[in-house]
Amino acid sequence: MAYIALHEDLPGISGAFAFRPETAKPMRELAHVLLHEPNSLTPGERELIATYVSSQNDCYFCQTSHGAAAASHLGGDDVVRRVKSDFESAPVSAKLKALLAIAAKVQRDGKLVTTQDVERARSEGASDVEIHDTVLIAAAFCMYNRYVDGLDTWQPRDQSMYAQMGKHLAEHGYLKSSR
Amino acid sequence: MPHIALPESQPGIRGAMAFRPETARPLNDLVEVLLRSPNSLSPGERELIATYVSYLNDCHYCQSIHGAIAAAHLGGDEELVRRVKADFQYAAISPKLKALLVIAGKVQRGGKHVTAEDVANARSLGATDVEIHDTVLIAAAFCMYNRYVDGLATVQPRDEAMYRERGKMVARDGYVNVSKTYLPAEPVER
Repeated sequence: MAYIALHEDLPGISGAFAFRPETAKPMRELAHVLLHEPNSLTPGERELIATYVSSQNDCYFCQTSHGAAAASHLGGDDVVRRVKSDFESAPVSAKLKALLAIAAKVQRDGKLVTTQDVERARSEGASDVEIHDTVLIAAAFCMYNRYVDGLDTWQPRDQSMYAQMGKHLAEHGYLKSSR
Repeated sequence: MPHIALPESQPGIRGAMAFRPETARPLNDLVEVLLRSPNSLSPGERELIATYVSYLNDCHYCQSIHGAIAAAHLGGDEELVRRVKADFQYAAISPKLKALLVIAGKVQRGGKHVTAEDVANARSLGATDVEIHDTVLIAAAFCMYNRYVDGLATVQPRDEAMYRERGKMVARDGYVNVSKTYLPAEPVER
């Protein structure tokens, strides 16, 4: 049971969002801009960054739901699994690998990102907006993950629920509840 | 020097927000609700939580500006802000706020560190569910803002007077109002 009185039938962040709509609104808008709105990085690539950071933070709900959204965008979950276990050998672009290396540093501490990390991303074709968005996606998931785990939200182990949620997120984005 | 081409005239998070107004808006809306909107925790108490977490994350810009905003809300008491950062258990704050700072410190390390005992202790000292929720989210949100500010290597001046003046302005006018001074009126096309 969650630490505070959250709606019992809403899993993960959905229960926390329903408890406090005032904070849910900007949090949904932020995720929508970062992960869903048009961008030179595809939604699938951005969901992979979100999934990877959530996996590094060991947040079950976030890595599973965003992993499902990534799989829905990318047509399968093999690449999602490989990015989580070792993104340097995963079948993703050299640019995305360089951005994931930056995201991994941000997950631990923003100050760990070096000029060399940024030069690598830039030499693989990353733009300033893409580097900015990678840093902010990684930082934002350090928030979402702590929010979901810090309230001890309900995080069911039901793969079909996450698959359905991922498909809905991939199609409709983050502004409204999928439930 | 910042990792990407941020507007040079704006230090800290302001440079990053001016670079990307589309994400700046929800980031400002969130901090406005968490730290300023009417709440049973005072703005000063909530700024102390934000300052403490930013201090634990070693983010110079965020702990300085939020420390200054906290002091402005608390009658200019910069010593109290220093004591909360150094050891809040001995600071002149309520037992309830101390219990909430314990929860915030756990969230800073990772959400799963928060225990049922931490929450029960806060509740026994009068904390409501909304106050516990907001403490967790303030701490989580500053793990984002701090990483954003440091991860882009934003300019973080070592000028206490600048933070003090800016802190008074934000305490008086709020985050969303002040953001209008450095964000473009309409989202820029990219």
